[in-house]
Amino acid sequence: MEIIKPGINIDFVGNRKWAFLLSGLLVVVTILSLVMHGGPNYGIDFAGGIEVRVRFNAPTDPGAVKQALKSLGMANSVVQEIGKASDNEFRIMNEREGLQLEGLPEKVTAALKKAYGDKFGEVRYVRTVGPKVGRDLREKALMAILFVILLIAVYISGRFEAKWFLAAVMAAILVGAVLLVQTILATGRGGATGTGMVYLIVTALVVTVGACWFFRLRYAMGAIVALLHDVVITVGVFSLLDKQFTLATVAALLTIIGYSLNDTIIVYDRIRENLKKGGRKEMGQVINEAVNQTLSRTILTSGTTLLVLVCLWLFGGGVIQDFALALLVGVVVGTYSSIFVASPVILSMPAGGGVMGWVSPSKAKPATKAAPAKAKTTAPPAKKKSPAAAAKQRPVKAAAASRAKKRTGKKKKKKGGKGKKRR
Amino acid sequence: MNKNLTYKAVLVLGVIVFALIYVAPTLIDLPRWWPNILPKDKLHLGLDLRGGMNLVLEVQVDKAVESALERTRQDIRRKLDREKVTFTKVESDEKSTITIVVPSKSNQAKVEDILASNYPGFKLQSVKTDADGNITMTVVMKPEEAARIREQAHKQALETIRNRVDQFGVAEPEIVPLDDWRIQVQLPGVKDPTRAKELIGKTAQLEFKLVAPPSVTKANMAPDMELRYMYTRGSQPGQRIKEPIILYKRAVMTGETITDARVQIDSQFNEPYVSCSFDARGADLFAKITTENVKERLAIVMDGKVQSAPVIQEPITGGECRITGSFTMDEARDLAVVLRSGALPAPVKILSEENVGPSLGQDSINQGITSMIVGLALVVLAILVYYRFAGLVANLALFLNMILMLGALAAFQATLTLPGIAGIILTIGMAVDANVLIFERIREEVRLGKTPAAAVEAGYGKATLTILDANVTTLIAALVLYQFGTGPVRGFAVTLSIGIVSSLFTAITFTRLIFDYVLLRFRPSKLSI
Repeated sequence: MEIIKPGINIDFVGNRKWAFLLSGLLVVVTILSLVMHGGPNYGIDFAGGIEVRVRFNAPTDPGAVKQALKSLGMANSVVQEIGKASDNEFRIMNEREGLQLEGLPEKVTAALKKAYGDKFGEVRYVRTVGPKVGRDLREKALMAILFVILLIAVYISGRFEAKWFLAAVMAAILVGAVLLVQTILATGRGGATGTGMVYLIVTALVVTVGACWFFRLRYAMGAIVALLHDVVITVGVFSLLDKQFTLATVAALLTIIGYSLNDTIIVYDRIRENLKKGGRKEMGQVINEAVNQTLSRTILTSGTTLLVLVCLWLFGGGVIQDFALALLVGVVVGTYSSIFVASPVILSMPAGGGVMGWVSPSKAKPATKAAPAKAKTTAPPAKKKSPAAAAKQRPVKAAAASRAKKRTGKKKKKKGGKGKKRR
Repeated sequence: MNKNLTYKAVLVLGVIVFALIYVAPTLIDLPRWWPNILPKDKLHLGLDLRGGMNLVLEVQVDKAVESALERTRQDIRRKLDREKVTFTKVESDEKSTITIVVPSKSNQAKVEDILASNYPGFKLQSVKTDADGNITMTVVMKPEEAARIREQAHKQALETIRNRVDQFGVAEPEIVPLDDWRIQVQLPGVKDPTRAKELIGKTAQLEFKLVAPPSVTKANMAPDMELRYMYTRGSQPGQRIKEPIILYKRAVMTGETITDARVQIDSQFNEPYVSCSFDARGADLFAKITTENVKERLAIVMDGKVQSAPVIQEPITGGECRITGSFTMDEARDLAVVLRSGALPAPVKILSEENVGPSLGQDSINQGITSMIVGLALVVLAILVYYRFAGLVANLALFLNMILMLGALAAFQATLTLPGIAGIILTIGMAVDANVLIFERIREEVRLGKTPAAAVEAGYGKATLTILDANVTTLIAALVLYQFGTGPVRGFAVTLSIGIVSSLFTAITFTRLIFDYVLLRFRPSKLSI
């Protein structure tokens, strides 16, 4: 069975302006939503406070619950009904600063018991997070995000541009910039708070993207832009739906980063392979082919992942539901970005000293580091049709010859393939 | 080729058996001979699946330093008295200094001597002479000493809490020290979290103080006296009467010398009380106090609250004392525990608390398993329909993957949390990716006209590097999450990491094995893929 026919050839690159427009729109909506809500809706993990999940024996409503808590000064709590209607389960959350948290769970239980008497069922879950712990968790989440950005930036630069040294330099710049901004913020505010966190992350991202642009790291650029795109839009959707931003959300975002990169690397690998095969193709053409060739795989993998995520979302309950939702949005947007954003972005950047071996036919400069492009100039021009047809034209000998060349040229590349066969 | 195949098959089989052995205890009842030679621990479940309490406590180590300073001040004063050194005052005003004022230089020299030989943790910071010839010496605690006290307080608090929790009777408690003078306490399946919190957090500073004569009231209280409150049971059940009582500030004895504490029932009132035994030194001291103060009242003060203030009828030389206070059985038991384990060196503050009720825990498990089964079924079906025979192979790999994951979790004694289950389920969806990459390649090679064997060879060859590449990034994210995450998030990172690694194994090695075997045995002319 085949969902995507082998000869498919959608012009992703040609239509990339529409994709960029859509992406741009989504990002703008996200920013607007965040501004309107005054930042993300931080859960008690980050903001500190108390969360209680209570089950009653009879139906009631949030207003009545808030009334019952008035004596504790908690009438301003957020009270939501969760689970099925027959559960009569409510979640009570209060992030007000200066709440006296010691002994508060017992006080809440007592107040509810007093107000509801027999109708009070049980307290299923209580969590209090003091300001110190809240601050700690914020910092940890921040460090996690920064580290991932750092490691990913280094990895992509090294893997795709084969410029490990440059990658190290970029890492150093990134760390330096982050530390600088952190010191500036710390002196002014006394530690990273909510908004401080955002500044640091934004700094890290700007520096990374800037470094990619400066060093002409096109592939890294494409991947990072796609990543940013995914994370920002996911956060935006969460903000639009007024969902809570908790540690689980951060975990989901980091997983999305890893997963989205997954997709992007598959396409990049294919682009690289197609470039090596030769033929005087425009870069745009090469990219288009690669995306089309990997389309089947991308759709299928995202499909199965979405299947399980929908299951998680439907049956998971409680914390898992929001977690699954974040991942769902992330995977959908991630798939979209891998197809429509990551690869076309490569074109938007001016070509630097091409390490990937692509040289514009008009310039015909000798290639710099990796496998020389000689094989390409000798092979007959490939047709625009399916790669199967193109491959058939090339005699097996030439393929073997280019493979031999690849093997010698490969010595310079740090990351070798498994044993003899490249791919 | 054949030998290679057998080699691989044995390896794969070995891994499978290994994993099954580790998973078995969780799934089946073990036969009798099992626990002696094979692993017998069930899968470790997190609090969010088992129910229980998680506390993060902070030891107020600075207070320990303050107490040490105060104790030293009193000690210095007594020593100066004994050595007959004249002084005007010995005070501690700020948090970390002691001020000694002496009238003459010879006294100053003696003080310096005493300091040097008895108080190595302190040093003389400055000496000032005023117009009248009074010399003010400022003594500070050395930073190393303060640091040592803080460390000591943290360690001691940990031990004391451990002691108390041990006696509380919770299965598999976990008490771990953290940075910043914190302690994490995990009590799975605890039935009464409120009582547990009180037991753990109680400073339990026990003091014996003499009660002021009845003629003294709040108005004419002398400076060495203080006003405290005693709670006694009223005539109604559950009623507590608050009675003011005036004590001498200085404690004549503390609970340091208590070696044992037991709950007994008073036959007369049918009320529980706690009977304490002192060690030899304490017994002597107690005997001395009771002899000197017969017919006076001795107040027993716990954490600033007066438990009782009985009249000393006669000297008590047996080294035993009784603490009554209208306790319930639980209260008496907890008091005994706390006295046995000793006082906390500094107060302990609850920074964060998490309490999962058992019903929620069970519900979470059910929800997790439901999601897993449904998700698995859907993916298996989809892959089977799409790839036919190869799909069957991929599904076998999927099942193997899950067994390997559970086995690895059991083998590493990792904790399975609800997000951890989500991680397993996510891996189901993502593990398919590796197989898809390989199968799509094989399909391409088939379209190019290669024979089944050659197509499989080429497909695997080309796809493997891409697979490794792509999974590395998700692995990076998982490792970072593990490093910076807390409990449940860590559980997710663990299962995700294990899942990625094991899915690489099953997708590349295991499925290849099956393909090779089928190709060898059946030599099909066309691949069902």
